[in-house]
Amino acid sequence: MSLPVPIVLRRFTVSLPVLHEIKIHQHEPQAEEMAAAIEQCIHCGFCLPTCPTHVVLGEEMDSPRGRIFLMKEVLEGNMEVEEAAPFIDCCVGCDACVTACPSGVRYDELIVPYRAHAEERRERDWRDRLLRRLIAETLPYPRRFRVAARLGRLARPLRRLAPGRAGAMLDLLPETLPRARPLPELQPADGERRARVALLAGCAQQVLAPEINSATLRVLARNGVEVVVPREQGCCGALDLHSGASARAKAHARRNFRAFPDDVDAVVTNAAGCGSGVREYGLLFKGSAEEGQARELAERTVDVSVFLDELGLKPPPPLPEPLELAYQDACHLAHAQGVRSAPRALLAAIPNVNLLEPDDWELCCGSAGTYNIEKPDVADELGRRKAEALLATGAEAVATGNIGCLTQIEAHLRALGRELPVVHTLQVLDRAYEQASGSPRAASP
Amino acid sequence: MLLSALGAIYPPARILTSRAELAPYECDALTSFRASPRAVVLAESTDEVVETVRACHRLGVPYVARGSGTSLSGGSLPIEEGIVIALNRLNRILELDPEQRTAVVEPGAINSQVSAAAAPHNLFYAPDPSSQSICSIGGNLAFNAGGAHCLKHGMTSSSVLGAKVVLPDGELVELGGESIEPVGPDWMGLFVGSEGMFGIALEITLRLMPSADRTRTVLSAYESLEAAGNAAAKVVAAGLLPVAMEIMDKLAIEAAEGSVKPGYPEGIEALMIVELEGDHETVDREFEQLLEVLEGAGATEVREPDDDAQRALYWEGRKSAFSAVGWLSPDYIVQDGVVPRTRLGEALAEIGRLSEEHGIRVANVFHAGDGNLHPLILFKGSEEGALERAEELAGEILRMCIRLGGSVTGEHGIAMEKRAFLPEMFGEEDIEMMRRLWRAVDPAQIANRGKMFLPEEELERDEAADPDAAPSSAAVAGTAGPPPGGASSGEARRDTR
Repeated sequence: MSLPVPIVLRRFTVSLPVLHEIKIHQHEPQAEEMAAAIEQCIHCGFCLPTCPTHVVLGEEMDSPRGRIFLMKEVLEGNMEVEEAAPFIDCCVGCDACVTACPSGVRYDELIVPYRAHAEERRERDWRDRLLRRLIAETLPYPRRFRVAARLGRLARPLRRLAPGRAGAMLDLLPETLPRARPLPELQPADGERRARVALLAGCAQQVLAPEINSATLRVLARNGVEVVVPREQGCCGALDLHSGASARAKAHARRNFRAFPDDVDAVVTNAAGCGSGVREYGLLFKGSAEEGQARELAERTVDVSVFLDELGLKPPPPLPEPLELAYQDACHLAHAQGVRSAPRALLAAIPNVNLLEPDDWELCCGSAGTYNIEKPDVADELGRRKAEALLATGAEAVATGNIGCLTQIEAHLRALGRELPVVHTLQVLDRAYEQASGSPRAASP
Repeated sequence: MLLSALGAIYPPARILTSRAELAPYECDALTSFRASPRAVVLAESTDEVVETVRACHRLGVPYVARGSGTSLSGGSLPIEEGIVIALNRLNRILELDPEQRTAVVEPGAINSQVSAAAAPHNLFYAPDPSSQSICSIGGNLAFNAGGAHCLKHGMTSSSVLGAKVVLPDGELVELGGESIEPVGPDWMGLFVGSEGMFGIALEITLRLMPSADRTRTVLSAYESLEAAGNAAAKVVAAGLLPVAMEIMDKLAIEAAEGSVKPGYPEGIEALMIVELEGDHETVDREFEQLLEVLEGAGATEVREPDDDAQRALYWEGRKSAFSAVGWLSPDYIVQDGVVPRTRLGEALAEIGRLSEEHGIRVANVFHAGDGNLHPLILFKGSEEGALERAEELAGEILRMCIRLGGSVTGEHGIAMEKRAFLPEMFGEEDIEMMRRLWRAVDPAQIANRGKMFLPEEELERDEAADPDAAPSSAAVAGTAGPPPGGASSGEARRDTR
């Protein structure tokens, strides 16, 4: 590693305390990626119209271009971490700017390591620390999250006493919590086996919508895919990774290195956030002895929609009734993983599904991991806009590929008094297959 | 004084003064100049803007109005002793009249959103700068923005009917009107392109055009850039008036393929995209004629896109080309010279020669139809002296444009970037005439001070210090080095990048 800081500085300016240069160089192997993103940004502003915070707040420091500027200033030593923090914290991390950028700036490879860099140097107040701790210690652990969610529901009557972020957390909890559904360790393929995969089960998803995993297993089985669900797997670490807690993220990742077997064709995920989290393992472990392992797992992890589309979907039968269905791109699928056509292809393969496209597909719904808990005002505005755009399509139901979006969109449709079913892409497929076979198991969209 | 005056107009959350709040406003899309203002105010009503301008006038504080900050000439660069009036939140489309084919918008309204709002009525807003997805109408007015489709429909000035404007002294005036045939002097025409120095447009009446019945696009490939340039001249000579006619050279094609992947033909030296629009019959007839002209002009391949999606992709490749050059080179200078279109081939050959002579790569992507060149001079800012060498080449290209009877700017404006070149293009009397006009509108010189011209007081100071440094001889070599009077107080820092 013979790089970093001079490059960080190169684009705009001049001198930097030598001490600082050594610090980045020693501590952050990702400095190369951070520097490249800063250097490649030409400040053209093409990212602004797709940045959710810029669209809502209309100010330069809450835009990708502005934040790149701020991160550069901090990394150069011209600005304190705390000064820039409010605006860096405001980023939803949706990566829409990466899609929009004509210069190919990998903003994602800047902000994620930057947040880790900044976190080590920040002094948060006790409320912040408590909330972050609470989220980090519950969401990634299905059993704890289940208990917490139950307690949260009991606390509902006290909602008005819990303003701001705690209140936002309560608002997102569903009316009733579905029963836990233990997943089998092995789900055999129906008929001839075409492939064998491992499933990353997703933490929050298992509590909030366990039927997504059940539907995924059934659809995979029907398509001749054998699925193993490793018992030892844990959270992918995306929540920690994206909030700058890189040590905790690494601990989660290491557990998964051990848990996922080698003798599978792919590791599939059905939660966009988890998929994109795993796919970032390479950068997270860059420069360490585990980098090879991390890259290897990242490379064989793929969203279930892509896996099925590439494998060749067994033609699904029609739904019992024709369905006007809006597809909502999850940012961590569309932007972070570049997956837009595969889920559409799968849904369009159902004969009587009419697929509708909402306006402003590239704009985040405001869920963004735990953003809707940390920045409820911005997240609410984004959620409202997304719900309105979806309603404007005239859809009868909404399909998406991420549990976070699903929860957020449901909540905002409810707030507008228009409760459309919001389901995972795989649940729609599951329904088509199951209705035709007369099985009552499938959830109805 | 200033802050308390602003405090009487805005709530504290809309007055930005901290270092982290100001830093992102330090530059626009021309990153080589940076300046930190004393404050940025986020205006949410036109009344606030008027009050702010009046306060600035009262206190003698200069201001810059800023939309999306996409200027390529430093037009929205802040003034260090002044403030920035951010107009992003004033972005409503106030009225859209499909009968009259007009729209009334606020200055922060985004260019492409005007067309989007007009689309249900089969109308659109014609000027389409490549940054149309984000650039604001206020900025379009200030710089008389052009775009690929301005060949047929004209620049911004052809699409603005009227505006309510706050002048630099705080007076509110109505320029133009709702009709395309105004009575009396064309005050609106005077305002458009004045680079923010004549005040801020608050409510702008735009002219909308009916969408064409039929659009046909053709992409043609050439063995040399010069051949493409000559083909453009032949299309015009044949009496055709395409709505757009754009050329990209090999490097620009490479950049686009690295970025949005438009799927242009491979292994070619240059391509030209020509678009025709109008009624079915005329377009189809002209299309046949166009194909003949292109083949006669030496096109090695001619392609019509399969469908609207592919046509959109061809255009996306063209419109992202500036930004996409980031794939080829860490740094570059975008130039904006104009030559008479009959001399396009000659100009392009000369650029090629200069590029070779200087050993610096130049990518070309430009509006061939109106002879508006956009050479992109590629360099690596980390190499010592690279920026200066690149700027020297940029300067030579601009001088060539002047020599061939053209201009130093087609649509990006003078602002900071070409301030030093104005005296090369105009004589002293012309410049003095412009200055008199400026003094008449803004005697205190507070509106976007320092753009296009040096402020009066600095000019006097310079002349006093160095009697030989009259404006015309003050023109420096290239845009390099400090602009005339470079290091004077209040001058933006020139970054080495």
